[in-house]
Amino acid sequence: MLYGYAGTMLEVDLTSGRIRKTPVPDDLARDYLGGRGFVARLLWERLRSGTDPFDPENLIVIATGPLSGHLVPASGKTHFGTKSPATGGYADSNMGGHFGPALKYAGYDVLLLTGRASEPTFLVIEDESVALRSAEEWWGRGAITTEKGLKKELGEEFRIITIGPAGENLVRFACISHDFGRQAGRAGIGAVLGSKHLKAIAVKGTGGLPVFDVDGLYEKGREAYLKVRAKPGFAGWTPEGTAGITDWVNQVGAFPTRNFQTSYFPGYQKINGKAVVEHLKITDKGCFCCPTPCGKYGKASTSLGTVHVEGPEYESIALLGGACVLGSIEEVAYANYVCDELGLDTISGGVVAAWAMECFEKGLLSEEQVGREIHFEDLESVVYLLEKMASRDGIGDLLAEGVMRAAAKLGRGSDSFAIHVKGLEWSGYESRNAPGMMLAYMTADVGAHHNRAWALGHDVAGSAASVHDLISAGGGRDKMAKAPVAGKAERVIDLQHIRPLFDCLGICRLQYMELGFEGQNYEELFYLVTGRRMKWDELLEVSERVWHLTRAFSKREIEGFGRKYDYPPRRFFQEPIPDGPNEGHFLTRDELDVLLDEYYQARGWDANGIPTEKTLCRVGLADVAEALKQGK
Amino acid sequence: MSLPEKRTHACFWEGLEGRYDVLELRAIHERCSGCRACELACALANFREMNPAKSALGIEGRFPVPGDYRIHLCDQCGACAEACPEDAITFEGEAYLIDHDLCIGCLLCVDACPHGVLYVHASSETPIKCTLCGACAEICPRDAIVLEGGA
Repeated sequence: MLYGYAGTMLEVDLTSGRIRKTPVPDDLARDYLGGRGFVARLLWERLRSGTDPFDPENLIVIATGPLSGHLVPASGKTHFGTKSPATGGYADSNMGGHFGPALKYAGYDVLLLTGRASEPTFLVIEDESVALRSAEEWWGRGAITTEKGLKKELGEEFRIITIGPAGENLVRFACISHDFGRQAGRAGIGAVLGSKHLKAIAVKGTGGLPVFDVDGLYEKGREAYLKVRAKPGFAGWTPEGTAGITDWVNQVGAFPTRNFQTSYFPGYQKINGKAVVEHLKITDKGCFCCPTPCGKYGKASTSLGTVHVEGPEYESIALLGGACVLGSIEEVAYANYVCDELGLDTISGGVVAAWAMECFEKGLLSEEQVGREIHFEDLESVVYLLEKMASRDGIGDLLAEGVMRAAAKLGRGSDSFAIHVKGLEWSGYESRNAPGMMLAYMTADVGAHHNRAWALGHDVAGSAASVHDLISAGGGRDKMAKAPVAGKAERVIDLQHIRPLFDCLGICRLQYMELGFEGQNYEELFYLVTGRRMKWDELLEVSERVWHLTRAFSKREIEGFGRKYDYPPRRFFQEPIPDGPNEGHFLTRDELDVLLDEYYQARGWDANGIPTEKTLCRVGLADVAEALKQGK
Repeated sequence: MSLPEKRTHACFWEGLEGRYDVLELRAIHERCSGCRACELACALANFREMNPAKSALGIEGRFPVPGDYRIHLCDQCGACAEACPEDAITFEGEAYLIDHDLCIGCLLCVDACPHGVLYVHASSETPIKCTLCGACAEICPRDAIVLEGGA
């Protein structure tokens, strides 16, 4: 018996409507745990190599972890994966909320989607019952509007994911939305749902989960719930949530400002965590079973109207507020709401809008091409661009492709400030004087995303200090020294194993990473849920296996994949930061090569960044090594 | 009226017996962040199951507007007992409890409950009702549910 798991994988072929239920294989659970691990392995095994991301045959994997839905701190995570329309390689993105636990209570650890429905459709799962229904009346409508409407139709107890118009219109950075403010935001998985004509999935589960030691888990889970809040990080983090880190990031000169032209934002106090709490917040809004809620739900009034919105969280503040240069938290919240309703990732959406505004500023896009004047510091410009992107109307058709493809099309040097890696837009940490963070962005499997390894703290403090310690210590130096480039690989690799481990377990990493809740707690909780004794280091080995596997997946799927896909845009190795604490700093191309060489070597990859046969065999991926060798 | 101290063991009201004439659960909605640990704890304490569908309380998120939470709790008002044709629900010291041997599963009590907190679950013909065990209040990290004693 697989304790902890619901035990079943649910496969839905949207073309034929065929539904299949199969047991979760024991070896899959043993070697990959769940969540991101399941996503990576199932994509590798089941996706026909060379499938276009928008081909009906592309596969979407929705996976929970063994700890999802249990009385374990922050057990609300759900993982989504597919072949990415943004990068053409491996994609996964996760969200909190209540959807994954509901899926497990309904009896399913994993949901696999293939095919394309002949008309707009939504999937309703109610315990054993699985049905496809027409979503004709919801097609074209907003993600939040649709979630509310479906809850009215089906019942409030249903947990629902939706896509907005951006997903329907195959915007390459469309997100998946849930619980009126949670998103699996990155890598364009919402667009793959759109390509399958699947508008929403609603789940209601009423079954229980098998637990190895239910009394022990109740005791330990309850204890953990209190212990997390007793951590010193709690008081510093939870009142403002992720938005609380805005000041620190800005003070250390890493805040993406004006499409990453610079890294210090003078108006930061108008868009920081304090502003969220003072000007917007109605309530804290937590994910399932989370004692330390990051979510702040509130209300914002601007010249364009009044909206209710969750957040903004840090990333939305950084990319909509910083990169687009908005002047108040209300304006950031409004743009955040527009993204949420349209089903756009706020990170990519912000970066794409910022790129367009810089193109306009430089005369590379004309008023005629855009349809109006667009400027930084102007909410109307930002909202105009977001709406165009989501509908692919006019200039939006170019922007909906993301900055990499849009810059390739526009040309004239616009690629030098198209801020992405592998085709995925950069998230909220400007890294020209943060070589560890730069390396993390360069080597993240999904593209320029921070959550695989947040190494900025290490760059700044030179230690493995917790985020809480860093924030308490403050930044605020007038001038940052140039950070040393050598010796970054080890810490980045450590982080790339730690954080994604939580993605395999199906829980949030925040309690560990940001609050300091120790690893041995998770060993114990994992044992009580599953009955498997695994040491922290053994758990991390799973994470390492997955890391090599996702790299191999991208190698298999992207023609000519390798080192050249790991570089940032030219801005980051040619333009010194013009002002702020990091004035004058940047990384040269040679320094980037030092970062990559050290990293590849430490990883056991060749000089082109491909895992060697020896490395793959060492981590239990001999079959993957064989497939790569045969060019499959 | 004073609040009992937070304990670290289940059924923490046991130690309060004799100190108060009445114990009751009280919801402070503004403190709730919707994590639903109370639902998990309730099902664990009463059924030893990891299953929030078997809890005797409910957390309602009112989104997108007005954007807040409502905690739906049993306040031991006794409307269920009045509605029961079999006298299967009786006041036992602290709480109205269902005698599941006497209960015929007519579910009139579910309809009669003014707070909508008597629950039906497919695994049982008889409804699920709050036993005032205090597990929800005990786990709530924000004291949005408190077990209060009164004279």
